[in-house]
Amino acid sequence: MITSTPGKHHQNGAKHPMDALTLHRIHFGFTITYHYLFPQLTMGLALLIVVLKTLALKTGDEKYDVSARFWAKIFAINFVLGVVTGIPMEFQFGTNWSEFSRRTGGVIGMPLAMEGIFSFFLESAFLGLFLFGEHRLSRRMHWLSAFLVFCGSWFSGFFIIVTNAWMQHPVSYTVNAQGVYEVASFWALLFNPWAILEYAHNMCAAVVTASFVMSAVGALYLLQRRPGDYGRIFLKLGVVAGVISCILQIFPTGDLHGKYMAKHQPAATAAMEGLFHSTKGAPIAIMGQPDYETQTIDNPIAVNKVLSFLIYGTTSAEVTGLDHFPRDQWPSALPLLFYAYHIMAGLGTYFAALMAVAGFLLWRGKLFTARWLLWPILLSWPLPYIATTAGWMTAEIGRQPWLVYGLIRTSAGSSTHVSAGNSLFTLLGFLGLYSLLSILWIILVYTHIQSGPNATHHTEVTLA
Amino acid sequence: MGTLWFWIVAVMLTAYVVLDGFDLGVGAVYLFVARTEEERGQALRAIGPVWDGNEVWLLAAGGTLFFAFPLLYASAFSGFYLPLMMVLWLLVLRGISIELRSHSADPLWRTFFDGLFALASILLTIFFGAALANVIRGVPIGPDNYFFLPLWTNFRTGASPGILDWYTILGALMALAGLALHGCLYLALKTEGHLEHRALSTALRLWPVVIVLTCLGIPATILARPASLAYYTHHPAAFLAPLGVIAGLALMRPGLPARSRFKSFLGSCLYLTSMMVGACLGLFPVLLPAVGTTGHDLTIASAISGPHTLHVGLVWWSFGMLLALMYFSIVYWLFRGKVSQHAEGYGH
Repeated sequence: MITSTPGKHHQNGAKHPMDALTLHRIHFGFTITYHYLFPQLTMGLALLIVVLKTLALKTGDEKYDVSARFWAKIFAINFVLGVVTGIPMEFQFGTNWSEFSRRTGGVIGMPLAMEGIFSFFLESAFLGLFLFGEHRLSRRMHWLSAFLVFCGSWFSGFFIIVTNAWMQHPVSYTVNAQGVYEVASFWALLFNPWAILEYAHNMCAAVVTASFVMSAVGALYLLQRRPGDYGRIFLKLGVVAGVISCILQIFPTGDLHGKYMAKHQPAATAAMEGLFHSTKGAPIAIMGQPDYETQTIDNPIAVNKVLSFLIYGTTSAEVTGLDHFPRDQWPSALPLLFYAYHIMAGLGTYFAALMAVAGFLLWRGKLFTARWLLWPILLSWPLPYIATTAGWMTAEIGRQPWLVYGLIRTSAGSSTHVSAGNSLFTLLGFLGLYSLLSILWIILVYTHIQSGPNATHHTEVTLA
Repeated sequence: MGTLWFWIVAVMLTAYVVLDGFDLGVGAVYLFVARTEEERGQALRAIGPVWDGNEVWLLAAGGTLFFAFPLLYASAFSGFYLPLMMVLWLLVLRGISIELRSHSADPLWRTFFDGLFALASILLTIFFGAALANVIRGVPIGPDNYFFLPLWTNFRTGASPGILDWYTILGALMALAGLALHGCLYLALKTEGHLEHRALSTALRLWPVVIVLTCLGIPATILARPASLAYYTHHPAAFLAPLGVIAGLALMRPGLPARSRFKSFLGSCLYLTSMMVGACLGLFPVLLPAVGTTGHDLTIASAISGPHTLHVGLVWWSFGMLLALMYFSIVYWLFRGKVSQHAEGYGH
């Protein structure tokens, strides 16, 4: 137990900075942020591997099979880390958020159980076939197993988004006298409009991450002047997928999601944009530092009327500011929310610009020799991870102070019998364990990329 | 409806114990029965294509428990906080050790993951056995339906037990011995050469240990929670479960002829299934018994979700299970037969 002297932390009824609720929040926030570094790559990569397998099937060119095998190995490393860091997520609903689980298990337990039954069984069965069965299966069956792995991982994403969407925008529920929620309509839960928009935006982001990673490996091989075609194959596929996904990420998915959010979570939108006061023809703050005390943005770089236009399609519309809402409904970590949103949006714009230039040069046939552009493509691979993490932080911090928007406050959801000391103990355990995973990930992915697709190719030849 | 969902969750957990049980068991005896690099590769290839799918049963059962019995999920998971977190850490370590071992040929790298795989597997079987024993013995549920169990108190059952007491330690040892035997029988079925023979001779030595522990375990359960007998005395048909245990033990007697391997493994499956069913019958209709005087048992009636949730759930659950059974049949069919000694590397 943490014993605290009644000092300045407790003045004015302020909470101890390491109280149990805060630690449960950090616990979930840290483990889910770390977990999602892996699925965002594997979900996107699953699609790109299907494309490679399709090209192999259509052209009969062995290089596409070798490419698919190379990426399958990277997929496998990331997949296992995604699986092992994902299991704690389901269990943490019960361990650290038991009140939330007790009251909403009848709703959110459903998509979580469906994820296990409809996606994990599919994914685990056919990933085994995909990784182990290339010599036992026909070419078409091997393609099919890759395709089913893709389906499994994308279904999985869908069920998680349905769970989150219900917390963001609860629909189709009944509640009894004990405050326990039940599903009113299964289909309305599954096709919650928020879920559809969030899913489209999120899956596009996964493809952005995968296409940046694939482009970066391609750019690396070209910069290293490696013999063979793989640099070109990876860069070409990465850039084509990157151009498409970066555009879709902004329009229509980001645009529609933003508008829907402004309608249903106006306080979150106002905080994201740093709009303290309701304004007609509201400006958009591109940069600046929100000041919670003075309710202003310091050093703002703003463009007039753009925010009204982005949300309502007209430059004169009034956008609701934070002053419209009582203080206890403001997102609690306001500056962090502002930055998370701006980092996401800023990086998203950069991605579209980079990919547009790369796509243009690819079309003109100059990309593979444009070393000045290969460098930024190589160095940009970590940025989609940051953008995606910032996007999720925007969604989750924006939802505060609610656990289920408008229905259950975050402070009412945590496990009442798990003390701060216990939560900190296991948080530190996860920090240590995940540090080990990070080191292993770096070693494995680095050595695999350095040895390259030809290594797998050559072992196959010598064994044959 | 509640009874149906009780048995749905029980069947899923049993599937987990029988399926992931053999790959956990392989891990538990791994260092001992697989000595050379070739043998270790062979042992890992025998579970490689299926272990991840087997583990999904745990997640699927957890999710089903979550939506069918939210109160149980909330109460039990927060109450068993520390041991559950340790289970999660062990699942992480075990998963990476199986999958990452093959990514480098460096002998030190492989030795490290071999040790980690064996250690995590042994500790997991111990934790799972103790967990089941905790549920059977009961926990000090408070008036608000919650509890928080320390790792140990005075090692006695009673009003304020810990996760570990004499009864749950016995449960842990039973799980370790039972799953190690299960794993040995699987290896004897799926591998060849020295590995096959060592697995078989280990199974021969484990078999009497499992019999002795089982004979101790049943009276110990009645001692730890006398109410376990209630369902049996009212429904004599329930005694089919202990009969299944005995039949399983008899059937699995590890024999030398190759044709008896499959029979032995089936016997082990029957043994584990009957043990699980027997434990569930001892609980029914209670989900988590309360000890002490402060609170009540969590029962099917007190923890069940609403009727609409359960009706809808039944439709997609049945459909999903059909699909899952189909996937499992395909995978086990494609990887049927023995794993050869001299294949190249682990997968890929």
